This record gives sequence, structure tokens and C-alpha cells, in this order.
Amino acid sequence: MSTPNVVELENVNVHYAKNWALRDVSASFPGGAVGLLGPNGAGKSTLIKSVLGLLSPDRGQMRVLGLDVRRSPLQIRSRIGYMPESDTHFPQMNAVSFVAYCGELSGLPRADAMQRAHEVLYYVGLGEARYRMIDQYSTGMKQRIKLAQALVHDPDLLFLDEPTNGMDPKGRDEMLELIRDIAHNKGLNLILSSHLLPDVEYTCDHVVVLDKGAIATAGPIAGLKGPAGRVFELRIKGDTQQFIGVMREAGLECHATDDDVMRVFVPGESGAPLLFRLAAEHRVQVRHLRASVPTLEDVFAKAVGEE
Amino acid sequence: MPIHDQGYRRYEGKRAPHGQAWWIIARTQFLAALKYRPFVILLLVSWVPFIGRAVQLYLSTSFQQVSMLAATAQTFRDFLDQQGLFVFLVTIALGGAIADDRRANALQLYLSKPLTRTEYIIGRLVPALGVLLGVTFVPAILLILLQIAFSGSTTFIGQNLFLLPAITLVSLTQSLLSASTILALSSLSKSRRFVSIMYAGLIFFTAAMYQVLRTITGNRAWAAVSPGDMLDVVADAVFRIRANPPVPVPVAVLVIALLIAASFWVLERKIRVVEVVA
Repeated sequence: MSTPNVVELENVNVHYAKNWALRDVSASFPGGAVGLLGPNGAGKSTLIKSVLGLLSPDRGQMRVLGLDVRRSPLQIRSRIGYMPESDTHFPQMNAVSFVAYCGELSGLPRADAMQRAHEVLYYVGLGEARYRMIDQYSTGMKQRIKLAQALVHDPDLLFLDEPTNGMDPKGRDEMLELIRDIAHNKGLNLILSSHLLPDVEYTCDHVVVLDKGAIATAGPIAGLKGPAGRVFELRIKGDTQQFIGVMREAGLECHATDDDVMRVFVPGESGAPLLFRLAAEHRVQVRHLRASVPTLEDVFAKAVGEE
Repeated sequence: MPIHDQGYRRYEGKRAPHGQAWWIIARTQFLAALKYRPFVILLLVSWVPFIGRAVQLYLSTSFQQVSMLAATAQTFRDFLDQQGLFVFLVTIALGGAIADDRRANALQLYLSKPLTRTEYIIGRLVPALGVLLGVTFVPAILLILLQIAFSGSTTFIGQNLFLLPAITLVSLTQSLLSASTILALSSLSKSRRFVSIMYAGLIFFTAAMYQVLRTITGNRAWAAVSPGDMLDVVADAVFRIRANPPVPVPVAVLVIALLIAASFWVLERKIRVVEVVA
């Protein structure tokens, strides 16, 4: 069963001074967990701020939860939660007051806001620290409290902008668990903006890839990765760059990784024999060849044209 | 136990309609200010002149020997003038809210909630405005009531009916000018201290500049550069006090109106999530 789109964009254009941050962006974000991927400066945060109505696009239509962003910004904002990327809080407040205040600003009655603030702070793992001033929180705790303030009014759609920034590995894992739980067990839709592919791959079902202010690719992660066995890890003895050129001439998609291992997409059923034949023809020694499971990194690399 | 096992439940209760967020912001700021002891002490001290005036009214209505202390329109004008010091101090004490929000990146949080920029600005304006009226309008009106109570007649107020609108108008103008100016300055900085310095500079520097320019040119019309002097011109006119104003009253009104308008223009420009530097 297909889920209705929670966000729909049509030809959205946004520019800062002389720079275009978003150019003719058209995309649909289905319900569930959707990753908004892209390198730094791709326009992810701009896209989120535009959808929240915090930025006015120069052109284009945006609908969130079926509501027009220009006409109903307040109705939309009362149904969404936003966890910003940068460190942010209200000064001179402890955690529970801060989260309750956010709940009140989002329309909850005072008593309900305070009750939910306690609950949500426990949910994000800050229950024991809820009476501490936020100024004294660590980076990881500040990330959690940003999530708590986005959740307190029980939104239908969550925007999470780089939610694991600055977190240690354990804290990051816990945050990803939370996000996964929110999306898959608690019935909330979320859009996770990140440049960290593993985060998106772990928590999301769909992905929209932005590059240089335009949509590079979009769709279900499983579909974009394609069937297993068509991607190979390859290491050779010889001129790697030259052999990459050879493979591309042969119609294969290929990109290098950090460890002089190439990831090669082989279309059709030809597979490993084709790679061995090419290596033999160009007198290149194959040192390592292994069928690999396509990852989101492959999708991303292909979409943004990484070498 | 994974932390997410500690539960999250959907909210089934009622939600408030839009348009009430300004009150939540204002109330929260005011209650936070009341937790700050020096601010409470300042508020208490700001009522000391009221007690002095109350004693004056009591003596003048009770003892013929001190009838020279009897209340006139000038008494109330002088009282509001006296309160100018406390208006200045309260304005500084409450004025850094937007600077604090800018320093903590809180504007993006506020504006991602279901509230408009106007609501945010009103929410920041109301506490300052309310407290300023609390040290000007409220004690001045109480003094009128005390005058009636001590004298046991409404003759004085009957003869000076214009005092009620005069006190209201002057208090409102003074409070609105002070509150909007400091909020505009607050939106330009991330430092509460710097905002205070800018505001004090604006008040004292413009007054000093007027004196210097008047001395050099011999022209009193330079008073137009000093908001405090313009407020005095308007207050004297409203209280029907014969004075020789340095500029015509309409000019003073125009200067004050322009300052308030400029403050709101600055607020409208600066209360944004994204600042674009061309």
C-alpha cells in the first residue's frame, strides 16, 4: 500500500544574494522515514527551512501534510516538529521548562505541556537531567533535548537536521535507535537531513538526494540500491585511474573509495567474467574481487557523480 | 534497556488556537524576570517616589499649614518626570531579551513554532511595556485616587479632568518609545550588555549632542536630535504647562513617531531565521 506524500515540492527555487540554494526542485516525500541526503552546501537545510515557511521561495509550490506552505504556515507548523542543526535553546531555562515552553508555544495547554515534557525527556534519555540548566549540557545532551522539544507536541511530521552532529559513537547509536523507533514504532513521519549515509541507511526507507541545489535522485532505498551481486569491490595492481577509464568506456559505472578499492556497477548478468576479461585485455592484475551488497553510498556516489 | 523502551505516547488532548503565543512568551519572560532579585528590588524602589508623593498629598489635604504642597497638574507632570530614571533602568533590565535569543540561536526555534514574527515581537514588547506602565501610569493614577480619598471630594479631579488622558498618553508614549527602542537595539546584537550600552549611549549622547549643538549654533531647534527632550515637549503640552518649547509640538510628535516606526522597521527586518548578506 502506498503512503500519501507528506511533502510535495514543485519547481521550488530559493536564492541567497547571487547564489541559488535550490534550483527547480520537484520532489515528493512519502510517509514514513525519508532521508534527505546531500553533501554540505547541497541545500538540505534551505529546503527544510523553506518547507517550514521560514524562507520564502522565489518560485514554486510546496505542500506539507496536504496544506499549502504559503497559505497555511501556522497550521503546518503546529503539526510538525523541527530539530535544527545548530546548537539552540531558550536562555536561562532548565530542560523541563524549556521543553514545556516549546509545547505551550506549539499549542498545548500549560499542564499538558509540562506533563509531556517530563515524558518526552524520559523518552530521549534525559529524565535524570531534566532539572539541569541547558547551558550545562554536553553536546550529545543538547542534541537529545532538541529532539525532545520537536516531539513534545506530538507532531505528525518531524524534520531532523543533522541529528547526530557532534555525538560520540555510543550517543550516536542511541540517537539513531530513537529515530528508528519514532519512525517505525511510534507512527510519526520523519524527514532526516544528513550527510552521513549510514545514518540515513539505518533509519530511513526512502531517500531524496540533493546536490548543488537540485534533486539528484529519489526513491525507496531498496529500489535504488538494486539487486545484490551487480556491485563488486575491486582492487588491482596497476594504474587505477586508467583502468577506471577503461571500465567506463565499457559501460560500467565505477568509483574509487578511500582505500584504493573501486566499487564497480556491472549492468546485466555479465558480472565478474567481464571484469576479468577487461583486466586481461589491459594487462592489469586483479588483486581483489568480491561481490558486494550495494549500499546507499553507491546510490549517493552515482547520483552526485563522485569519482 | 534501550532508551526508547521508556515510552512515547500520542497526544489526544486539545490544542489552543493560533494567536496566543505572544502571551506565553510575555508571561514567561515576566516570570523569569521576577526570579531575578535585583530586578524585583528595582521595581520596589521605583515606587518610593510614589510614597513620597502620597505623603505630600496627605499632608496638603489634611493640614492647612502646608497647603503650598497641594496637588496641581504640575505635580503629576513632575512625578512622571521623576519616574524617568526608573523607566531608563527598567528598560535596560528588560531590554536584552532578543539579544539573548539571538545569542542562543532561539529565533529559529520560536519561528518554527506556530507563531508569527509579529506575535514574537509583541511577546517581547508586552513585558517591557507592562512593567514600564507599572512604574509610570499605575502609580500616577493611584495618586489621583489618593488625592480624591484624602481630600474627600472630587473637586480637584473635576477641575483637572484632562489629567486622566494626559497621564495615560504620556505614560504610554514614554513606555512605547523606550520599549520599542531597546527591543530594536536588542535585535541588532547578541550581547545584552552591549544593548544596554547602546541604549544608554542613545539617551545620553543625543541629549549631550543637543546641548553642544545649541551652544555652538545658539539654536534650540537642535533638541529634535534628543528623544528625551522631545518627550518633554510633548508631555508639557499634554499637561497644559506653559513652557517655551525648543521645537513646535507637532515636530516633537513627529520625531517620536518616527523613532517608534524606525524601531518596528528594524525589528521587522532583523527578526528572521536566515540573514542574507549580499
